[in-house]
Amino acid sequence: MRQELVHDTLIDSLRTSTKELRKTLLTMIHAAQSGHPGGSLSASEIVATLYFHELRIKPEDPRWPDRDRFVLSKGHVCPVLYSALALRGYFPYETIYTLRQEGSMLQGHPDMKRCPGIDISTGSLGQGLSTAVGMAIAGKRDGKEYRVFCLVGDGETQEGQIWEALQTASKYKLDNLVVIIDNNNIQNDDTCSVVMPLGDLEAKLNAFGLWTHVIDGHDLVQITSVFDRIRNNDSGLPVAIVAKTVKGKGVSFMEDITAWHGQAPNDEEFARAMAEIEGESR
Amino acid sequence: MSNTQGRATRDAYGEAILELGKDDSRIYVIDCDIGRSCKTVEFARQLPQQHINVGIAEQNACGVAAGLATCGKIPFVTTYAVFGSMRMLEQIRQEVCYPHLNVKIACSHGGLTPANDGASHQGIEDMGLLRTLANMTVVAPADFASTKALVKAAAAYDGPVYLRFTRDAVPFIYDDQDEFEIGKAVLHSEGTDLTIISTGAVLDLCRRAAALLEERSISVRLVDMHTIKPIDRAAVLSAIATTKGIITVEDHTIINGLGSAVAEIVSEIGTVRMRRIGVQDQFGESAPYERLLEKNGITVDGIVKAAQELLG
Ligand SMILES: Cc1ncc(C[n+]2csc(CCOP(=O)(O)OP(=O)(O)O)c2C)c(N)n1
Ligand SMILES: [Mg+2]
Repeated sequence: MRQELVHDTLIDSLRTSTKELRKTLLTMIHAAQSGHPGGSLSASEIVATLYFHELRIKPEDPRWPDRDRFVLSKGHVCPVLYSALALRGYFPYETIYTLRQEGSMLQGHPDMKRCPGIDISTGSLGQGLSTAVGMAIAGKRDGKEYRVFCLVGDGETQEGQIWEALQTASKYKLDNLVVIIDNNNIQNDDTCSVVMPLGDLEAKLNAFGLWTHVIDGHDLVQITSVFDRIRNNDSGLPVAIVAKTVKGKGVSFMEDITAWHGQAPNDEEFARAMAEIEGESR
Repeated sequence: MSNTQGRATRDAYGEAILELGKDDSRIYVIDCDIGRSCKTVEFARQLPQQHINVGIAEQNACGVAAGLATCGKIPFVTTYAVFGSMRMLEQIRQEVCYPHLNVKIACSHGGLTPANDGASHQGIEDMGLLRTLANMTVVAPADFASTKALVKAAAAYDGPVYLRFTRDAVPFIYDDQDEFEIGKAVLHSEGTDLTIISTGAVLDLCRRAAALLEERSISVRLVDMHTIKPIDRAAVLSAIATTKGIITVEDHTIINGLGSAVAEIVSEIGTVRMRRIGVQDQFGESAPYERLLEKNGITVDGIVKAAQELLG
């Protein structure tokens, strides 16, 4: 009974954080008049749960050697990550208004040399997961406790290198690696089904030797439960989470619309989107 | 060339990386299923905790190395020049050069040396491709001793380095006492008529050509430009200032390699004539190494002829 209460409080607070993330990422994309809202919104619950609950990190010491790592393999949705970093205090909140501007630490795609809290520079799809594998191998060989979380786009899994990385994770029994696939079924040109069908992702991941979970990526109860379940991973296997999501989630006119993959809202759209997120029933 | 006494520089890499790894547990080798040919077998056997074999997956190898580097390791991705420069080129750009990570790309089978393997395995474009990447250092040692020294220098340098080795034996030129610094050319002789600048294992050809030219009273300044990026600008400027012509020699396409790097400086100064000797914008084939060099004019004769033309 008491535990449930604690849990409800956690879910409530994550719901608030998710809302803050969505507002922040839309604000920065609107200010920049450029960026990728669709895949940022679909990943908001996952990123909120990671940055406000699951990750062992020290915002005041971004390079803390024992920190959990987060690799945003689908680097184009950095607005959601920058929002989490801003809200966790890695840099002043106002920095979000410099997204994609000359000299900004908030480059169009994440730059580890400029932005505190970025564990690896990404932007070219298919590559981030390999770097996460390298970090996980280093952690194991050094006897460290940290874990490595990697967020991959579903379209991104069309890159062969993703599967090269997964087989390496499996070979080296990287039970400290958590691969999360944002399965929103939309990529740049169209739905994944049209561009290049993904097949049965769960079966593919299982076949590659991952301990695979399928969840609703917008259900904070399911997200926190799966994180609870894998926290003390004694399967000896790397973990995969296929998060079923909706691209553009939280903004009705963006939901499931391919065009919002990489398009900024105008002033009127932005106002409507912010009002919708603000008014979202709790 | 191959019948002269010598050893392949990939063997020198194998020795150097093992010595480095024993001294420093941060040194890692990432193999792509060609560790036997790239001479990392002993490293894998003696230092399994510092060794990873990702299989035939070069793009992934590069990313894994980048991840390791962010955790303080010094990974050497080990493969052939063709794959290390082309299959993983964009991975090197995104995950190694852009974030300036401490990853080394160590490649055997540079140039035409995997002669009987044919064109698919002859890495003749590698240095040019890597040279265009910001933050990258490109090194092609001439022989066994300089390879050992330069592999160690690369390990000591904090940043991306591309290293190129030969499959086949090349003559001994230097000895263990000689010192090498990345980015600092080695001056073999102080001539006044002509400069020959060499990179990699063709240094031996250049030395023989220089000896012949000296017999014909042409005074040759011979330079080993083991690092083509950052190129030793001062060494090129001295060549421009002290001699009447420059010949570059490389086992690499004449496009964008050593010859181009030198020509970039020469064209800015504009007072000296040049000849570029190298692979003539064509693929190799299965043939004896000497034949392949001959077909491209990368020979003692070729150098001598170019010298005579140049000095009129
Ligand atoms: C190697 C590479 N090819 C193409 C692109 C251009 N690109 C950016 S985002 C994108 C679609 C990504 O779709 P998905 O992985 O499903 O991400 P999400 O739906 O979460 O936005 C493409 C093709 C890229 N960044 N990298
Ligand atoms: Mg998608």
